[in-house]
Amino acid sequence: MAYPARAYHLLSVLAAALTVAGGLPVVFAQQGGGYERADIERGAQLYDAFCSNCHGAEGDGVGNVNLQAGQFRQASTDQNFRRILTRGIPGTAMPPGDYDDGELLAIIAYVRNMRDYDGGVVTLGDADRGRVVFEGKGDCMRCHRVAGAGSRLAPDLTAIGAIRGAGSMRETLIDPSGSMLPFNKPLRVVTRDGETVTGRRLNEDTYMLQLLDEEERLRSFDKTDLRELTVLTTSPMPSYAETLTETELADLLAYLVTLKGL
Amino acid sequence: MTPRTQRPAIVFTGLTLILAGLLPAPALGQVTFERLVNAADEPHNWLTYSGTYASLRHSTLSQVTRANVADLELKWVFQAQRALNFQATPLVVDGIMYLTQPPNDVVALDARTGRVFWVYEHAPSRGGGSNRGLAIHGDTLLMGTVDAMLVAVDAKSGGPLWRVQVADPALAYSIRHAPLVVKDTVIVGTSGGDQGVRGFLAAYDVRTGDEIWRFYTIPAPGEPGSETWEPCTPDLPACDPDAWMHGGGAVWLTGSYDPETNLTFWGVGNPGPNYSYYQRPGDNLYASSVVALDADTGELAWHFQFTPGDRYDYDALQIPVLVDLDIGGTTVKAMLWANRNGFFYILDRVTGRFLRGQAFSRVNWASGLDDSGRPIQTPQGPNAPTYPGKQGATNWYSPSYSPRTGLLYLSTWENYATIFDSAAVEYAPGQLYTGSRNRSLVKGVPEPPEVGRGHINTWTKEVGSGAVIAYDPLTGETVWKWETFDVINSGVLTTATDLVFVGSREGYFQALDAHTGEVLWRAITGGNTLAAPISYEVNGQQLVAVASGHSLFVFGLRSP
Repeated sequence: MAYPARAYHLLSVLAAALTVAGGLPVVFAQQGGGYERADIERGAQLYDAFCSNCHGAEGDGVGNVNLQAGQFRQASTDQNFRRILTRGIPGTAMPPGDYDDGELLAIIAYVRNMRDYDGGVVTLGDADRGRVVFEGKGDCMRCHRVAGAGSRLAPDLTAIGAIRGAGSMRETLIDPSGSMLPFNKPLRVVTRDGETVTGRRLNEDTYMLQLLDEEERLRSFDKTDLRELTVLTTSPMPSYAETLTETELADLLAYLVTLKGL
Repeated sequence: MTPRTQRPAIVFTGLTLILAGLLPAPALGQVTFERLVNAADEPHNWLTYSGTYASLRHSTLSQVTRANVADLELKWVFQAQRALNFQATPLVVDGIMYLTQPPNDVVALDARTGRVFWVYEHAPSRGGGSNRGLAIHGDTLLMGTVDAMLVAVDAKSGGPLWRVQVADPALAYSIRHAPLVVKDTVIVGTSGGDQGVRGFLAAYDVRTGDEIWRFYTIPAPGEPGSETWEPCTPDLPACDPDAWMHGGGAVWLTGSYDPETNLTFWGVGNPGPNYSYYQRPGDNLYASSVVALDADTGELAWHFQFTPGDRYDYDALQIPVLVDLDIGGTTVKAMLWANRNGFFYILDRVTGRFLRGQAFSRVNWASGLDDSGRPIQTPQGPNAPTYPGKQGATNWYSPSYSPRTGLLYLSTWENYATIFDSAAVEYAPGQLYTGSRNRSLVKGVPEPPEVGRGHINTWTKEVGSGAVIAYDPLTGETVWKWETFDVINSGVLTTATDLVFVGSREGYFQALDAHTGEVLWRAITGGNTLAAPISYEVNGQQLVAVASGHSLFVFGLRSP
């Protein structure tokens, strides 16, 4: 049966608490915001068939729309969402659709949960303890930033819980280089003047490159002024597989998934 | 306005025909069929979507050269009133530019200054996307609409003359391309091939809107070609015995026309469903084919299918480029076609016979073409990447052929693959009907979207990049390649001064050396170019226009 969203959330919290106490895994994707797991799964199939052609498998195929991040201009409520799915958005490429009620529910259920859907079985711990790990033992703020605090060297994590699933975040914590997404790979450039700059790529095109260097300066380069441009394959982030315990990892993940943006 | 005295040959041609009694005397400035046939003789104008019936997108204007192209400057900009990307190529007729503004308005402008004479607004009842352009006949502008209408608008006042509902938009029919005028008819085709329409081409009387003929791109049972929609067999439980009814075959782009044979040539899109091919066994004619139709009757003269039983959404949505080639000492009336499926073809445009062809991009869905041009298909296994990916090695982006260099110039996607997967899908009117379960090559990184991208690009070449290539049709060699970091959707224009103009997704518009690919000049448009450039002349000045982002930009040489 479907629980009201608030009740479901409480059940999830309770389950998480039991997990940490008893060492049992929590199926993270069960935190479905009041939607049945079966609906989410059916919605995933419908999304693949009807939505992914434009929106992409990750929900970010349309400019300025990130379904995983919940960036909907007009679908803040399920009622609005249903209207968009059935009527489309005039003047845009979003077409009207002829879905039955079950399909509408399923698509909405999946899109509302798609960032977690690939999470698989991930153990979540205590978010408050996780924050302590984040700011202390993990030393994450040496490179990352949350809500204006921390370093800018690595991606800002203020909304990481809204755009990444717990499963993929755990992969990153265990194997940072192996799971590094292409656009997070650091760059090293050498200018014709001999200056070597390492940093995080913010934007690139055929002629230009914008990056944030290790001194946290915004730099813009004409490629014709570069002697070398190398995409590095090793992440500067250390693996936490050995340095954090399983409980600390679970706590850290629990904290990260609470980071939904400002 | 362009002084008529600058083009005595045009006046002579028109006068000759009028004096010979072949034509009623047209009103001043009217665009007659003869002017369309001889459009190459008036390079100061741009009279059809691709410039001429042969669709070379080649300008013989010569004021802007490789030596002075660096002196190009912005002359004027027209900003659309809606924040939708332009996909249109304008027409220019004797100093007046006619442009479609997204989603579906017609705008008449002073081609010298960009000042607007009038706007004809069409509010589509439904349908997405943008219109790609207009046709003109006499003083009548013809426009298809994204809600599947054909509209005739007076070129002087902007007032409506007639409009007809070509097909039912509730079934996802739409018209995206610029119509093609031949004689006194206007030809349009229907889009909607990703929503299970049964596509068709139809010709209408330009004066009344009465339908003259209709050619369904998917044959009904018993019609020639229907045998390629094979019967269902027990080993195909998802097979649809009536698959042809939702068989796709959209027409996305303007066709070409050969006055000597009176044949008009059109690319036909994918079969439906796009990816779950086991729902529609067989080659699925005339999907993913080019069809040659008698322009007077719509009767099929020949067809050539590029991707039989297309399971990759490769379509055949390119502009048919008509050139006469010397092949082995014989002049051949040829058609050039760099297909989305990664192969380049030369066809005999009189008979449709395959003459030669080979891959122009990375291809692994087929190992090559047999003697008849049929691909030797090599489907990749589960979870294996297929090259090119679903957006293809090229797509709707207009190519250009330069008679001076003998090269075909086109935008391509490089090192781009899709992991194709599918699931059976049930047809529902007006809904997407693709069966897609496709995935990107790199987990966690989406494929480059078909048209959209914001200002930030952090993609890498791991999921694909772009290029403009100069391709020798006779040798199959890529003479040069100019690479772009992002993928590319821009059409290409060549000039008689050996310049190649092309836009990009990255917000640049550039001129390349047609011989080397060297960038000789570039300007910033700040928008994604989904259209193709044109060149025209007004008041003795050659101008180059391109729609990019939400605006149309016009460049000319700096005044001395």
